[in-house]
Amino acid sequence: MSTIDFLEDSLAHSAPESSAVGVDAVAVSAWFGSNKVLERVNLSMPPRTVTALIGPSGCGKSTFLRILNRMHESVPAAKMAGEVRLNGQDIYAPSVRITHMRKRIGMVFQKPNPFPAMSIAENVTAGLKLTGTKVSRSERSDIIEGCLRRGGLWNEVKDRLDEPGQALSGGQQQRLCIARSLAVNPDVLLMDEPCSALDPTSTRRIEETIAELAPDVTIVIVTHNMQQAARVSQQCAFFLAEQGSPGGIVEAGTTKQLFEDPHDSRTADYVNGRFG
Amino acid sequence: MTTAELDTPRELGQVYSTADKAFRRTTAGIGMTVLALTGAIGLFLGYQAIPTLRRYGLSFFTENQWLPQRDVVGLSSVLLGTVEVALVALVVGFPLALMTALYISEYAPRRLKSWFVGLIDLMAAVPSIIYGLWGFFFLQPQTIHVSRWLAQHFGWIPVFHVDTDPNAATWAQTKFTASAFIAGLAVSMMVIPLACAVMRSVFAQAPLGEREAALALGATRWGMIRTVVIPFGQGGIIGGTMLALGRALGETVAVLLIISPAFDIKVNILQVGTETTSALIAGLFGEASKAQLSALLTAGFVLFVLTLAVNTVAAVFVNRSRSGAATEI
Amino acid sequence: MTVVNEGVELTVTGNPPTATPDVPRALATRSFDDRASWMSAMAGALGIVWIAYQITGWSGRLGFTLLWFVVYLALYAAISRAGNPRPVVFDRLAAATVAGGAVVVGLALLSTVSYTVQKGWPAFSQWGNFYTETAAGVRPTAPLDQGGILHAIAGTAIMVGIALLISLPLGLGTAVYMTEVGGRAARVVRTVVEAMTALPDVLAGLFVYATLILVFHLDRTGFVAAVALAVTMTPIVARSAEVALRVVPGGLREASLALGASQGSTVWRVVLPTARAGLATSLILGIARISGETAPLLIVSGASTYQNLNPFAEPMNSLPLYIFSAVRSGQPNFIARGFGAATVLLALVTVLFALARYLARPKRGSR
Repeated sequence: MSTIDFLEDSLAHSAPESSAVGVDAVAVSAWFGSNKVLERVNLSMPPRTVTALIGPSGCGKSTFLRILNRMHESVPAAKMAGEVRLNGQDIYAPSVRITHMRKRIGMVFQKPNPFPAMSIAENVTAGLKLTGTKVSRSERSDIIEGCLRRGGLWNEVKDRLDEPGQALSGGQQQRLCIARSLAVNPDVLLMDEPCSALDPTSTRRIEETIAELAPDVTIVIVTHNMQQAARVSQQCAFFLAEQGSPGGIVEAGTTKQLFEDPHDSRTADYVNGRFG
Repeated sequence: MTTAELDTPRELGQVYSTADKAFRRTTAGIGMTVLALTGAIGLFLGYQAIPTLRRYGLSFFTENQWLPQRDVVGLSSVLLGTVEVALVALVVGFPLALMTALYISEYAPRRLKSWFVGLIDLMAAVPSIIYGLWGFFFLQPQTIHVSRWLAQHFGWIPVFHVDTDPNAATWAQTKFTASAFIAGLAVSMMVIPLACAVMRSVFAQAPLGEREAALALGATRWGMIRTVVIPFGQGGIIGGTMLALGRALGETVAVLLIISPAFDIKVNILQVGTETTSALIAGLFGEASKAQLSALLTAGFVLFVLTLAVNTVAAVFVNRSRSGAATEI
Repeated sequence: MTVVNEGVELTVTGNPPTATPDVPRALATRSFDDRASWMSAMAGALGIVWIAYQITGWSGRLGFTLLWFVVYLALYAAISRAGNPRPVVFDRLAAATVAGGAVVVGLALLSTVSYTVQKGWPAFSQWGNFYTETAAGVRPTAPLDQGGILHAIAGTAIMVGIALLISLPLGLGTAVYMTEVGGRAARVVRTVVEAMTALPDVLAGLFVYATLILVFHLDRTGFVAAVALAVTMTPIVARSAEVALRVVPGGLREASLALGASQGSTVWRVVLPTARAGLATSLILGIARISGETAPLLIVSGASTYQNLNPFAEPMNSLPLYIFSAVRSGQPNFIARGFGAATVLLALVTVLFALARYLARPKRGSR
């Protein structure tokens, strides 16, 4: 199967069980200009698992996350090395169509960013329109309802789908953004501190959403909140950038192990709140 | 003393020193001078226009001939010509300005961006008489072929009709020169940088968060532009176009160089001869008689009101587009 | 594949032992297909249009180029349809159209400059007389090695100088008033100034005519022309100087006021010097703008053929007016001189513009 074929065959809205796709980062390095910010990171993010990336600010975890769907290179002078394998195929290979790859690896950002010119319903289906996926009218409303349900927003908005997405509260907007990225049926969902701009109630709702999604979608989440990492993730990677050197993974393992029995003293210090 | 008395806000009126007072008065005086000066333009032109408007009444706007020696003076054909030239300039200039603005803000290599911005600014700084020379000597001989082709194939539409046989082997080239179409093309060169600069600066403010959201959904670059950049930049697109319209309505020298004056009511823009308000003023002012002068000043007043209205609407749109409409947090 | 919480296979940190050199990857997002598609479409369209022109006997370079572009878009769409999903086809067409529009604008600017310089060069390169002689006593049909535009250059310099003397204090004062004093009246001033910058330039000429000549009975002298230029220039300077003053950080003003300085000396010693580069830029752009201003001069300025250095008596000539009358004369040699003067004007504007860009360049390493 050629690379392009493999990336294009995910259009069918297949049963979640069949699309078990993991992501593997192999020797990933990153630079901004001549400044190296990530040093040869290896991390395997298995299917149907929530992986949390933790670490102090500036350790490169957000950069790493953005490398996983090639958003990194949209920053001026950004460079990278290494490979990111989706189901074993390098997404940085020249034959890979970047738009198809991004459809399979969705992303939710730190700040909620619904499209202001669109209604709630249009926001959910924006990805279908943007990727040229044709759906019938009935399919469309099924997708809207299904995605909003999976995003935990359906009951709050089902009577006002035609209102602008920006009329929602911050937490609702973020769940709308999650629903929007689910509409294109991604195999992987990357979340970059999705709760940092939200209040505790909204944060809890999103954590519930993550738990509900985990059986279908591989989730990678960057978080500053230790408790959140412990609550939502099954595996965890601790990033750290020592003074003057690029960031990297100090320790990775199951969340239980990392929080209860860290091998590295720096990890122990961090998860116990002694620095960072 | 009750608590209510205690709680009244104190006067915090600032007491300025003598030097500060002098400073504030001087600058305010200068500001008011400029205000008075600009206001005076409208007032003086309006004042000069009263006798003419009284004399000719409504026929000043309905009469199409401009024969002051026979006491027949009217602006209808001139206003029509003004609008025709401006519309040609916009129909040609709007898409080009939009595409150039999109190119610079979304497609151009990052390194070259500031150079392109500089080139567009330089294009705006080139004097209009240079565009007039270019339009008359360089563009006109090229454009008459396009005009002829349009007349050949779309001559059945009144706008593209020309009173000659465009298919003749020795076709009447002079019938296609000095037209509103060619003048409009030259004017478009002046409105493109204006509209482009406004559009580009608004596009550049399209929020990064929404751009990335679209890309992360698998959008192509054009998909991202269509869903994020253009909806965000709508106000700038409309405002920039209105500014361009204001400029096109008032452009003088380039039009004066290209057109040959004609005071007919006609919509066929490809055919020789038209007249615009500003070109009329600049062209006839040198050798105008007393009666004609006041008629020309009245034409100036009409132009003043027209462009002021267009520019005010443009300013409203541009200012509105700058505030808000982004994902705010 | 079974995945459970425990026993997940994890690769951890550090350099793999067989580390290949850690060099950045080429992140090319354009494939060979992307490049080959547009190039072949371009070449194919050129061929088709050329053949069409041979068969039909159409003429005109402009039409040829337009048709080429249209056929190119059609071919490009057709080529892209094969093997690409619809969004990609639209993306490619949009990119081609947008780039095409930008190229058209670029070519138009390039042709304006190159055509003017090319036509102007014969007169422009008459170093011996073009810049040292006037048009006094020179017939329009005289060869290019006779007569020159010294009177027009001198006239433009004097008029611009006087206009500068009037509009610099007015424009700068207004800008200071709008940014440093403020208040409701200042907002009204700003609105009016903004509207003024967009008013047709011919109206400034009409205004000065209606006041200075009709009411005060002045003659059409260089001074009157300079006033018309100043009316055009003042709002431009006021507005761009306001932008320059606005970027001066408020903290600087507060620091000066906290030292006990009066507002006047704060503006004079802190705000204006800080904004020096921006102010110079706005001034230069104003000069560039009025140097080529023709319409108001057509109304209030006469045009002499001789050198007149006195702005208060007898008409003066200026570069734009000289160009205007030259190209309308119908005499090939006079037209050539007009283009020569246009080249001088274009060079002047470009130099002023480059100077303004240089002064306004972003400072490296400061703050």
